[in-house]
Formats: sequence, structure tokens, C-alpha cells
Amino acid sequence: MTAVSQAGRTTIASVNHRPIRPRRIALYAFLTFMAVTWLFPLLWAIYTALRPYADTLARGYISVAGTITLDNFVNAFNQGGFPRAYANSLVIAVPAVIVTLFVASMVAFAVTRFSWRFNLVALMIFTAGNLLPPQVIIVPLFRLYTLIPWPPADNGKLLYDQYLGVILINVVFQTGFCVFVLSNYMKTLSRELTEAALADGASVWRIYWNVILPLCRPALAALATLEFTFIYNDFFWALLLMSKGDKRPITSALNNLQGAFFTNTNLLAAGALLAAIPTILVYVFLQKHFISGLTLGSSKG
Amino acid sequence: MADNLADVAPDVSGSQAGTPGVALSGGVKRLRGRYTLLTRRDKLTLGLMVGLPLLFDLALIWGPTIVSVVFSFTNWNGIGGITDKNFIGLKNYESLFTAYPFFWPALQHNILWLAFLMFVATPIGIFFAVLLDRELRASRIYQTVFYLPVVLSLAVIGIIWTLQYAPEQGFINNALGRTANNNLIDWYGNPSLNLWAALVATSWRHVGYIMVIYLAGLKSVDPALREAAKVDGATERQIFFRVVFPVMAPINIVIVVVTVIEALRAFDIVYIINRGKNGLELLSTLITNNGISESNRVGFASAIAVVLLLISLVPIVLFLSRTMREERR
Repeated sequence: MTAVSQAGRTTIASVNHRPIRPRRIALYAFLTFMAVTWLFPLLWAIYTALRPYADTLARGYISVAGTITLDNFVNAFNQGGFPRAYANSLVIAVPAVIVTLFVASMVAFAVTRFSWRFNLVALMIFTAGNLLPPQVIIVPLFRLYTLIPWPPADNGKLLYDQYLGVILINVVFQTGFCVFVLSNYMKTLSRELTEAALADGASVWRIYWNVILPLCRPALAALATLEFTFIYNDFFWALLLMSKGDKRPITSALNNLQGAFFTNTNLLAAGALLAAIPTILVYVFLQKHFISGLTLGSSKG
Repeated sequence: MADNLADVAPDVSGSQAGTPGVALSGGVKRLRGRYTLLTRRDKLTLGLMVGLPLLFDLALIWGPTIVSVVFSFTNWNGIGGITDKNFIGLKNYESLFTAYPFFWPALQHNILWLAFLMFVATPIGIFFAVLLDRELRASRIYQTVFYLPVVLSLAVIGIIWTLQYAPEQGFINNALGRTANNNLIDWYGNPSLNLWAALVATSWRHVGYIMVIYLAGLKSVDPALREAAKVDGATERQIFFRVVFPVMAPINIVIVVVTVIEALRAFDIVYIINRGKNGLELLSTLITNNGISESNRVGFASAIAVVLLLISLVPIVLFLSRTMREERR
């Protein structure tokens, strides 16, 4: 049935446009081959995770599964400390994304809607800061975090190994990227918006909050999606600015998982997939925002 | 009226009135009337909007960058304060370049990493973008597949590829029949193989990333250009290399910068494989392994950080100068 309708369409298409050339067929064949290759590592991980260790052991790794079960997911979830790690990820990523967007939109607003002396310099400082490899600053930052007591009243506790510390560095680092993207976006908004509102006696804050920010909704939605993925996927900051404790978010906790499950790749596969689920949900439901977030940073920049 | 305002709107470089600090200055003389609309409170609001984030940015990014440079001239081990005695001049650099066995291999690995991304992964991403930019029936499906790895963290990607590379339990060795003790291929363990294994895994993601950016750029190329070239009898290859590629110059620079930065930042995937040892040394892992994890060779690790900083400044300056030029226009 499908073949028939497919063929029908092809004929019509070839009448209207050009005949199906061998090159076109080669193109489809090539792309399909590459797409299958591209998907394979992930599909293999899913397949492995769905088979019990004993089943792969008995039948060999490349074999038709005798049993398909979610046991590995359940076991990885319970043994890998997943509930806690998921909660940690949320506690870090959600406030970090909100604060990043809030801060970055203010900076972008101030540097694009008003012209002041150090406009460009400020923009450069933020953008360049985001481009720096994090490893350049990690040693002094680690020292700084182990020097600052936090909360201030509680003696003995440091900014090191705290949610706040990891949120803070994520916010500061990501603000650079968001300022860059948002200022490019805001430049496309008409200048008269600000002029007219000022003439009407609106305060700067009101212009930011009630006029400009609502107009930036598409860019903010795209950046929120992208930044959530970035911060959720962060491995580095939480690995080095938190001790082995139970505060690490899931991506950094994968480091321990790799050690704990290395003898059982089926369990390891399930663990890695569990960690990837939130970003895969983003991929499925917020694909458009994710892509436009990625491209906003480059197309106009 | 509206046109007037747009004409006299101050541009970024028009800051002749030298009010210090964050005070508004752009063309104050020219536009006195307009800027008196800003109350003191407004100016304070604007000052805080930029000032506070800037303060944090300087304190947590640029401050530590400078401290890294200072640390690199010391032998500080992280215990006690730093005194004059700790300053040892260029000794850290000297031992880094002459005595430390991992520095040159790590630098070489970083260069290889960069070369592989730049000359293999990035061109594949561009190639995919060019292919998918045509009117293909299933273009969206292919796009969706190729960019899937982009949402995954490099830590997850390292593990997903472990399932391919594992000596006894991995797909590749099982497919090749190389799982016996005497013919086993240890993809992640063999120091002359593991860098390539890691590069393939990291490219899985990089290709999709580049494809997404490039595809968006291609969509913004004026179709009339291509039509004109086609009418003139250009082949598809000629159209891409002679017409589209030059028009895409801004995106090409973004892609070069993204690729270089990704290569210098590489860390997660080698850390998840073996903490960046035994053939997977990179400048980034040398910094953390020396400065934080095992020993507290703060000064020495900072010298490596300075090397990484100097290399990173090349793409950063390239990118900023281009942005600046565009800004001025």
C-alpha cells in the first residue's frame, strides 16, 4: 500500500520536476546509510540495557535477546543513587537557568538599548569569558571556593561542595553566551520602542520588564531550552567544585557509575540512558527551541 | 519623527562625552534633550544591571585567570599563605618544557584533537548540511538523526561508546571476533589507539553540532545567488565552493572558532574513559590532575593553565575582533 502511493507520488513528482536520477538515489542511499550508522551506538546502548547480563553472557553479545526486561534500569536506578542525583541536577539546573536568563537579559538590555562608554568592552568581557576553557581558571577557582565560608554564619562550611557554588559558576559562565545571543536579538528590535517609552516617562526598569523582555520571548524560550541542556550536561564544574559527596548532579555522578558498573555493561548502559532521559525529552519535545538556541548564537553573531 | 530619531541615535563608538563609570554618555551633547529623560534612578538601575553581573564575571572568571598567571610563577602547594619565598620565576615553565614527561604528549594530543575535529568532523558536518539543504523528501528525518547526539552530555557519550569499545563486552570486538585473550583489541586501554577511539566518539557529537549551525547559515543564503550561478551553467560543486562558501564567511568563522574552542576544552570524555592518562593526556586533564586531584602542585598546574590560556586567546581574539568590526559597521 505504502509502496503504491509512494510510487504514485514519485511519478507525479517526476512529471512535474525532473526525472529521478541515479545521483538522487545514491544520495538517499548514502544518507540512509549514514543515518543508520549514526543511530547505531544509541540503539545498541538501548538494546544492551534491555537485556539481562546473564542473557548476553549465555548467548553472546551480538545475539538475539532471549529476554527483554527493564530490570537493568530498575537496578541502576536503585544502586546508582539516581533519585538523589536527579534531585541534585534539578536543584542546580533550574535556578541556574532562570538566573542566567534574568541576568543576561538585563545586561543585553542595558548595552543594546542605551549607548554608554563601555558598552562594547562589557560585551567583550562577557563573551570572551564564555569562550575561555574552564580548565584555565579551575585551580584558582577551586582555591577561592575552599576559602570562602558559606553560609557566612555557619563556621566550617565552605562554598566548595555546595549547590550555590556550582550554580554560581554555571550562571557566570553561561551569562556570557546568553548576553551575546540576547544582545544580537535585541538589536533587531526597533529603537523607537525605547525612545517612545522614555518620552512617555516610563522608568528604565519598566521598559526592560514590560516592553523589551516580552518581545524577547522566542529568544528566551530557545535559550532556556539550550541552557537547561548545557547546565544539566555539565560534568566539569560539579566534578571539581564538589567533593565525592551526595550533592553531585547526575552528569558528574556518571563518573562514579562508570567505576561501579564497569564489570556489567548492561547495567552501565541502563545507567547512562537514565542520565540521558531528560535531555532526550528535550530533544523530542523542544527540538525547535534547542536548534534555534544553537543557531541564534551563530547566525547573527 | 521616527526617522529623525533613528538618524541621530548614538552608535556605540559615539561616546565623546567622557562621563566616567557606567554613566550614560553616548552623544550627551548632541542629544541632551533625550537623555535628560533618564532620571538618577534610571541611571542607577542601568548601572546595577550591568555592574553587578560584570563584578561577578570579573571575580569568578577574569580574576582567576589573572591569578593563574601569578600562581604560575610560584611553587605554592596550596598550604599556608604565599610569601616572597614562593616566587620561583620561570622554573615551572622550565620543568614543564624540559622535564615533565606528559607536557609534549598532551600538547600533541590537543593538536591532534583539533586537527581531527577541524579536518574530519567539521567538514563532515558541513557536508551533511549541504546535502540536507536540498529539497529532499526526508531531509527533516535525517537532520533529526544527525543532531541527536548533540543533546547528550560528553560523559554519557563516553559511556555509550564504551559499549562499542569494551574489550570483551563491546560491540566492535565481538563483531570482529577479537575477544579472546590473545587477539583482543583494547580500544580505550591501548595508548596508541585510545585517542582515536575518543576522537570518533567526540566527533559523533561534533558533526551534528556543526551541521545544525551550518544548515541555519545555508538557509539564509539568498537563493537568487544560486539560481544565477545555475543559469550560468555552474555545477553544484562550483556553486558551493565559488558562490555559497564565500557568502558564508561569517558562519565559517563561527565554525572555526567553535571547533578550536571545543578542541581546547576537551575534558569530559577522556576523564570518563580513564581520567586523562595512558595516552589520553590533554592539557586540560594535566591541569586538574596536577592542581587539584592528586598532588597540590598549584604553581605547576597554573603554568599549564597559562599555556592553555595563551593558545585559547588566538580563537577568542579572532572572534572578538570580527564581532567588533561588525559592531562598528
